[in-house]
Amino acid sequence: MDLDDTPEQAAHRANVRAWLEAHKGEAPVIGNPTHPDPTQPDAITDEAEIIAARRAWQGKLAEAGLAGVTWPKEYGGQGLGPIEQVICNQEIANAGVPGILDAIGVGMLGPTIIAHGSEEQKGRYLGPMLHGDEVWCQLFSEPAAGSDLAAVQTRARQDEDGSWRLSGQKVWTTNAQFSSYGLLLARTDPEQHKHKGLTMFVLPMDAPGVTVRGLRQISGEAEFNEVFLDDVKLDEDAVVGGVGNGWGTALTTLMFERVTIGLGGEGLGFNSTRFAKGIASDAHGRRDPEVRRQLGEIASELLAVRFTGYRTLTALQKGQIPGPEAGLAKVTIVNGAIKAGDLIADVLGPDALAEGSEWAYMISFLPGLKSAGGTEEILRNTIGERVLGLPPEPRLDKGIPFSELRSKEGAAA
Amino acid sequence: MNLALSDEQVFLREAARGALSRIKTLEAARAALDGEQSALPDLWPLACEAGWPGLLIDEAHGGAGLDAFDAMLVLGECGRVLAPVALLGHLPATAILGDSPAGAELLEALASGQRRAAYLPAMPPNDLVDGWCVDPAHGSARPSAPSASADGERDARVSGTFAFVPDAPGADVLVGVALLDGEPVGVAIEASASGVEIESVRRYDATRALGHVTLSDARATLLDTPVQALAGAWHLAQSLIAAESLGSVETALEMSVAYAKERHTFGRAIGSYQAVKHALTEVLRQQENGRSLLYYAGWSRIGAPAEFPLAASAARSVAGRALDNAARTMISVHGGIGATWEHDAPLFFRRAQLSRRLLGGTGAATDRVAGELIAQAA
Repeated sequence: MDLDDTPEQAAHRANVRAWLEAHKGEAPVIGNPTHPDPTQPDAITDEAEIIAARRAWQGKLAEAGLAGVTWPKEYGGQGLGPIEQVICNQEIANAGVPGILDAIGVGMLGPTIIAHGSEEQKGRYLGPMLHGDEVWCQLFSEPAAGSDLAAVQTRARQDEDGSWRLSGQKVWTTNAQFSSYGLLLARTDPEQHKHKGLTMFVLPMDAPGVTVRGLRQISGEAEFNEVFLDDVKLDEDAVVGGVGNGWGTALTTLMFERVTIGLGGEGLGFNSTRFAKGIASDAHGRRDPEVRRQLGEIASELLAVRFTGYRTLTALQKGQIPGPEAGLAKVTIVNGAIKAGDLIADVLGPDALAEGSEWAYMISFLPGLKSAGGTEEILRNTIGERVLGLPPEPRLDKGIPFSELRSKEGAAA
Repeated sequence: MNLALSDEQVFLREAARGALSRIKTLEAARAALDGEQSALPDLWPLACEAGWPGLLIDEAHGGAGLDAFDAMLVLGECGRVLAPVALLGHLPATAILGDSPAGAELLEALASGQRRAAYLPAMPPNDLVDGWCVDPAHGSARPSAPSASADGERDARVSGTFAFVPDAPGADVLVGVALLDGEPVGVAIEASASGVEIESVRRYDATRALGHVTLSDARATLLDTPVQALAGAWHLAQSLIAAESLGSVETALEMSVAYAKERHTFGRAIGSYQAVKHALTEVLRQQENGRSLLYYAGWSRIGAPAEFPLAASAARSVAGRALDNAARTMISVHGGIGATWEHDAPLFFRRAQLSRRLLGGTGAATDRVAGELIAQAA
């Protein structure tokens, strides 16, 4: 039992560190557009300039082999394992430079295209995606299809010439406002069972009929978008993984999402050290037994997630794929961070809620995060059934065509 | 990166599970609660045969030379079946002796299990409390650790009390911390020496042997164990009770899940209801968090000693709360029967209630997690 690098991993880490040491001066310094930091006069605060700078930096990271590490070499990757990617991420974080802009594309959508795409699609899309020349977004969730993703209603109809017409609405789409392409799940045959009539498409975001609208959240910022599709025309070769196979293709993406979450550990900055600093800054609160009890409970669980991440890495290193239980780490992180935000604001008082305060931002961000990537309730169902082997809840949506579902739902209510 | 059990560790765990499965420990636990103390099996011979007393003693002194994580695996198996094996007291004591040349001559008999040791628990200072303190016999105020006065170069006389000492009754030698001129020193005291009184106490969980140890000018061998290792014994004890608790969580969860699959209400298995499913998933979540922290504690004791107090305290905190919740969930999932004498759930509930309050209590461990992190942040 150890947390050490193997000699090969240590050599890889040394190479990565040397490259970062030599090139970190080229990395962009990103500022907060609404609350500029006077100690960082060089920081970029213009939204469009930030995106441009981060895309260029992603290109350099990809060129140096620090991004897409697990991708096959023929598509610009390094053909290495997840540990090597984690080593790169750790070193990037230690160097204090930004990571890649398009983590969703490179971490989840690219691997899906590698697994299910045609040779033409791989040749056309993967290189520009990896280098940040073309950013991608994930067009899965809809207003009425989130945790129950297979309920998507965005409709794709095929014309006689083989081309497709898409209409519908997607939501919670990160990066859509500057993406070149989206990977989109649509319903191609409503007469099939819910999971069977789905197909995955590549959508050029500049296609006529595509409208992207920012979706502001509690913080006031728009980190997500709504994407509207109004009779958008796609060529026949926009299909990824075959017509009617959309659900299987989507599951691949979700599997990579789980890996990302499982390895993310305390990513997003929700970690025990940061929260302890928040409490330690108050000389009175840090000695209060009740504050310490709550901090101790929250911090213990977040520390556990760090080591759950190492357990996940060990499993990946042995060629095992993390199961749905990796989702439990997300439940721990989000609920732990919510409790920490409450505790810190209780200790620091209304000042913690000042606009621009890191704690106000975090407190605003977390209620939505509870539902991101599947609501906590659905995660617990999945884990209860797949990990503990508990029987599923009776369902109304099995074995009937999707088109009949709505009337059945109405009858049951 | 390798945070998984080795083949040897899997074997150690499976061998422990096999050996303990031959004994009806849960039946014995219930009978003991009914007043038949003699129903509790003497598991020390089994422990000796398996080599558990010497787990942490080096091979030169007849032990297995293994690490804390291996000991935690064995404690986990004991916890699974509520087996009363006196390792929670014995193993931290051997760790203190193993770090002291002056204690070396005691080790061989302790490694074989021919003699049994009990650890006299004393809580090391934290960011708010300067001194070493011990668990009180009543209430919440923690007295200072007992004081020692030198009696020649190698010996001392110790006076004071340690309450609720795990596995003290029947131990041959008591090992812990006393304060010599206010400074912590390791001491080893023969249980048969004059001035040593061990009052056997049972509280709520009949499988847990505890003792109030009163020392009145008792002769002690002074140990040269480094202070960090004296504190390390406390944290080792925290890790061991955490591991033992998680073993109990595993059983409680397995039994609850099995029942939730077979018991039907309103025409379907109760495990299909979200209310039940989510409660069981919560037990799983806490169990897995606890398991990850056992790895942290097991790795850090040697791999990152400065983090061991944090890791062991976090493990204790999470595992203790996991057992509280697992035992209560077990009772709820089973419905009324789960709260009766006929079911095993109350045995796990009683284990949870007492464990939570031993060795400083889960609360002190939780406070130490906060204290360690606040001190780091300052």
